[in-house]
Amino acid sequence: MSTKLVVSSSPHVHSDFTTRRIMGMVILSLIPAGVIGTYFLGLRALFVILACIIASVASEWAWQKLNHRKSTICDLSAVVTGLLLAYNLPPTIPIWMAVCGSIFAIIIVKHFYGGIGCNIVNPALAARAMMLISWPTAMTTWSVNGISGPTPLAAMKAGSAGSVSYWNMFIGNMGGCIGETCSLLLILGGLYLIWEEVISWRIPVIYIATTAILSALFNHGGAFMPCSEILTGGLLIGAFFMATDYTTSPMTAKGQYIYAFGCGLITALIRTWGGYPEGVSFSILIMNVAVPLIDRYTEPRVLGGPKSNFFKRMGAKS
Amino acid sequence: MNLPTFLGGVHPPEGKALTENKVIEILKPSDSREFVYPLSQHIGAPCSPVVAKGDKVLAGQKIADTEAFVSAPIFSAVSGVVKEIAPRMTIAGSVDPCIVIESDGKYERAPSLLDELGHKPTPNEYLKLIRSAGIVGMGGACFPTHVKLSPPKGSVIKWLIVNAAECEPYLSCDNRLMIESPDEVIRGLGYALEMFPEAKGIIAVENNKPEAIRTLQEHNTNPKIEIMPHKVKYPQGAEKMLIWSVTGQEIPVVPALPADVGCILLNTRTSWHICKAIEEGLPVMERVVSVTGDAVNEPKNLQVPLGISVRELLNACGGFKEEPLKVIAGGPMMGLAMRSVDVPVVKGTSGILTLTDKLAYIAEESACIRCGKCVESCPMHLEPTLLDHAVRRRDYASFEAHMGMNCIECGCCAYSCPASRHLTQSFKNGKAAVTAERRKAAAQAKAKQEAK
Repeated sequence: MSTKLVVSSSPHVHSDFTTRRIMGMVILSLIPAGVIGTYFLGLRALFVILACIIASVASEWAWQKLNHRKSTICDLSAVVTGLLLAYNLPPTIPIWMAVCGSIFAIIIVKHFYGGIGCNIVNPALAARAMMLISWPTAMTTWSVNGISGPTPLAAMKAGSAGSVSYWNMFIGNMGGCIGETCSLLLILGGLYLIWEEVISWRIPVIYIATTAILSALFNHGGAFMPCSEILTGGLLIGAFFMATDYTTSPMTAKGQYIYAFGCGLITALIRTWGGYPEGVSFSILIMNVAVPLIDRYTEPRVLGGPKSNFFKRMGAKS
Repeated sequence: MNLPTFLGGVHPPEGKALTENKVIEILKPSDSREFVYPLSQHIGAPCSPVVAKGDKVLAGQKIADTEAFVSAPIFSAVSGVVKEIAPRMTIAGSVDPCIVIESDGKYERAPSLLDELGHKPTPNEYLKLIRSAGIVGMGGACFPTHVKLSPPKGSVIKWLIVNAAECEPYLSCDNRLMIESPDEVIRGLGYALEMFPEAKGIIAVENNKPEAIRTLQEHNTNPKIEIMPHKVKYPQGAEKMLIWSVTGQEIPVVPALPADVGCILLNTRTSWHICKAIEEGLPVMERVVSVTGDAVNEPKNLQVPLGISVRELLNACGGFKEEPLKVIAGGPMMGLAMRSVDVPVVKGTSGILTLTDKLAYIAEESACIRCGKCVESCPMHLEPTLLDHAVRRRDYASFEAHMGMNCIECGCCAYSCPASRHLTQSFKNGKAAVTAERRKAAAQAKAKQEAK
């Protein structure tokens, strides 16, 4: 034996989960919804998706180049951000706005805070909120088959029952953002991620259930329509793909229950009494900010340890 | 089937197929060569030599011992002449004082421990005999067994558990021992039970060893002993996890011991040794080692005399078929990466695992993405990512506040981390730093008191 042996700490084997593989699986689970979105909303949707992805990856690369940091574009997280942002935009959005949103997401929301794993809010959602405030008209104009009109959720909010059948809501044949319309494929994509243990069932299931039940309780729109609540708007994409973002969601099971309930509560509140027809983005953003606190209060009890009380222990130390 | 288990843990590829059906082969080189015995092969005080350079020794003769309670004597496994007492590299990679014996290849036996005793031992004498046979926890930790079997006064021992989980991937030395000498393992536990008449005996085996479970069940005639299959999950064989799944009790946080919840755990090989020491007066001078992994030509379970060079074991397995990236003493989750294969086998060497670059994982760390996989997998229910941040900014107060000292270094967090963070390594550093700080503080307090 001539070569030198490598000496390093145990463990010497590793699971096949890597950041890049996780991001790859998220992308894979999102592709079908984008394809169907393009099919119903027109080829322009595809251009918006590509513009967001390219702008996200390019801005991450450029930022890290300028700051002499190691490039992390290979971990595919920027692709996920671009994809999620595009899925939350209407297909008619001017491309330059989509590019601005992507740059905002990557540079200001993600890298100003230290890059992957350090951002405090979901970059795609923060960018969407910024765009909604900056370009309200462009962000809320939808057209289906060439006819522009309100989304079913906006129609419900306005008091009319809407003309879209449940079936069309389910397969995505209605107005809305590029990736949020096809409930069927979003659910399938989410189930795939749960099956692969990329995400846990806790956040999406509790988030969706809370929103549906509370919206019904709040008697939104004068009618009991939990099905429409779930199938329209950004709830499914938000619950499966945005609220479950690792960096901006709690790490413990208990924390995830609280966080998902909070998301559902705020979504129902905004949808019922808020100024916007849609509340998913804002509710997730608000709960994102609460994550460090939730994490602190839900620290698990060590096996054999006393009831966890981090603050007490820290206090006793100092 | 609902088998007992614990919360957390991971499922690394088992790799047991390489050796689980390999019958234990005896390796006993009959030509003259060096056998090396480090003076510290256990947790506790190191031994001092009781032989000198040039002395003639026999196989099974005591060559090192100490007065300290937490310690265990060391025996020569060969007959020959003491060549020197000098520093040599040990399997852990450190250079420590060792007794080097030039063997004559004859394995002439020293009188057994029972000959010295002169009669069949009574249960009152078991403890003394276990100590004088040099028995330690043979799973790798090497905690002296007689210390384990002397629980603090007042603690009532209700469970004696033979830890035959063998949850470390790749290793099958305990599995083979249970299949090939089930009676000794069962009788060893039986003798320990005689020392604690109120205790119940459990042999806990992971369910991926059906042959061992069946053999033990067929051979077990002791009504006080139960063979208990467990779900396959790493680290089922960790002390706290096993006690939790067998008895449903949690050992309080460090420095509590299993005895505090009425449990004593023994390794499979340890139980076998208790039997052999009591029935035949045999000291610890041999052990079974699984030589395995994807770099070695022919994986085997070898019964070898202690002190033999690891290189001889590899040669007996046909050497390397591929260049190894790592050679590990023990299993892939908790084993130690070796610097050299020219080091002696010691009491705690359960396996020699050779891994090529296909299996050994070396990757650059990337940023924590807070995925929570480490939190989910930690069997101690710690938050590894928090602890890691604390250690890296040397905030040991926070490390302690987050209960970092309870880390059992099982490696589940680092195994499952998508960002390849060196979590286990970080906690080893953190624990060492806290221990050093405590020691320093204690020394300062003592000096202050003396100054008064």
